Amino acid sequence: MRELVRRYGLTLAAVFAGLTAFWLLALVVFPYFFLAETSFRHYLPVDQLGGPNDTFTLSNYLTFVSSSSTTPFLFLNVPIHVYIFIETVLFSSVVTIITFSLAYPLAYFLAKVANVKTVPTLFLLLLIPLWVSEILRSFAWYIILSYQGPLNALLGVFGLHQVRWLTAYNGVIVGLVYTYVLFMLFPIYNAISTLDTNQIEAAQDMGARWWQIHRRIILPHSKPGVASGCVMVFMLSAGSIIVPSLLASPSSRWFTEVIQQWMFESQDWNTGSAYAFLLLLICTIFVSVMMRLFKVRLADIAQ
Amino acid sequence: MNKTPPSRILFNIYVAIFLAFMLIPLAIMGGAALNASRFPSVYPWKGFTDQWFIDLWNDDRMLNAAKNTVLVALGVVCMAVPIGTAGGILINSLRGRSRSFLYGLMVAPILTPGAVIGISTLLFWNKFDVPAGLHLSAFGQVSYIAAYVMLLVLARLQSFDKGLEEAALDLGASHAQVIRRILAPHLYPAIGAGALIAFFQSVENFNVTLFTKGTYDTLTVYVGSKVRTGITPTINALALILITITIIGAAAYEVLRRREESRQEKLRELAREAEVATEAALLTGATETA
Repeated sequence: MRELVRRYGLTLAAVFAGLTAFWLLALVVFPYFFLAETSFRHYLPVDQLGGPNDTFTLSNYLTFVSSSSTTPFLFLNVPIHVYIFIETVLFSSVVTIITFSLAYPLAYFLAKVANVKTVPTLFLLLLIPLWVSEILRSFAWYIILSYQGPLNALLGVFGLHQVRWLTAYNGVIVGLVYTYVLFMLFPIYNAISTLDTNQIEAAQDMGARWWQIHRRIILPHSKPGVASGCVMVFMLSAGSIIVPSLLASPSSRWFTEVIQQWMFESQDWNTGSAYAFLLLLICTIFVSVMMRLFKVRLADIAQ
Repeated sequence: MNKTPPSRILFNIYVAIFLAFMLIPLAIMGGAALNASRFPSVYPWKGFTDQWFIDLWNDDRMLNAAKNTVLVALGVVCMAVPIGTAGGILINSLRGRSRSFLYGLMVAPILTPGAVIGISTLLFWNKFDVPAGLHLSAFGQVSYIAAYVMLLVLARLQSFDKGLEEAALDLGASHAQVIRRILAPHLYPAIGAGALIAFFQSVENFNVTLFTKGTYDTLTVYVGSKVRTGITPTINALALILITITIIGAAAYEVLRRREESRQEKLRELAREAEVATEAALLTGATETA
């Protein structure tokens, strides 16, 4: 801070600090604080706000675990909202793993194998879907996977049976992978491209097999990128609203849909914020697990 | 590195499949805009039509939503760019614990689901009786988009020579002059890129906007509600327009890049030739004097 004043004078330093303070307080810290605070309060009619009934409570979180309808899950009957929460986390993890296995070979190819001259062109082609909005990307798969859609028509050409693609979580997984795979590709590519190619060649000269090179040299080096990609894909998937609502089947539900129900249909912002807080919590846990697991700092993840 | 041909071929096939996976869905979606079928599909093909483009043009709500989207995006750029730049300069002058604490706070919104940002923004301003609307959407979006600008500015500051500032101050420049003449010109590329990213991130945004928009519509929210309820091929018409613009932009960029590359190549060649020529001249000069 003192350095800032010395370099830019008191007025400008105050402007910088003021803008940053507005951002971090009015747009980040206090909103998060009120989210947490609201989630611990009763849902009351307007005239009772601030009255004797306006006390702190855990009832919004109890709603989450004590829903009347239950669903069997691993020999247990769990409340429906807990079940949806678990499924969301589970399938977001599945999406994260799939995007990693799709993106890693491609990132390696682009960073170390491909002709340096063709890489910018390939990147440009890959960026086209990113510029076309998220909604339209999932809408494209809605068209492809529909029962009367082009994919089934193609199967028909080969004399195969038509398949009902949009069952269980199929559609959601395909849609999320398609929509977010580039968020995995770019960080891993950036990480691998900083690796000195001589290291790979040295390992080859010493007789290392290709999988040993990946396990011992390239993967460890690309850890920050992998962590960054995983965090982004998991967070975007678990928080996705449009993909599950478009590509869901009757048997698949996503946690963000429950949040929307509380916010818009029930108009119960207190329970809604409790559920949103749970979503924030699981994402925070995921970030810290990744940081531990990959032994990277936050600065490596958010870059 | 596997330079043996078989693995290379395998890689090339993989890249081709991946590109097809990324691009064919867009082609199918765009193609459906030209199909006379009442449902958005390329199959069965019922003949060519431009009906959906006409419908799109006559969709007043869509045009209004597009106007709102641009309005919000401009607002986001006007807020996120100064805020993110200030944040980047501030954090660059910090060290140690306070730096990592502030850094954590700044990047937290990037790692937060949009729904959470949207709901918390709505609740916060609601405490001060500020109703939901486009301004809240802009505030919510700024909270994470400013972080992108901050990261760009911070990265750019890594290559900044502090000595220049010191020298200017020593020579009697005022602080405002230092900013205007030295720091700002160095940051312009990052600020420009930040403004561009801020604009498009804002246009793209769905999750934050959904919870903060109140009774207004933005393009993404309108399209979102449209694809969820009454599915019509006008969305495909919109998609085809967006895809075409993107491809034209990408192609233009590619042409410019190639031209620049060949220009650089020629310059390098000229430099090489000049070097050879000078060397030759020097050599002849040397032999002559000998």
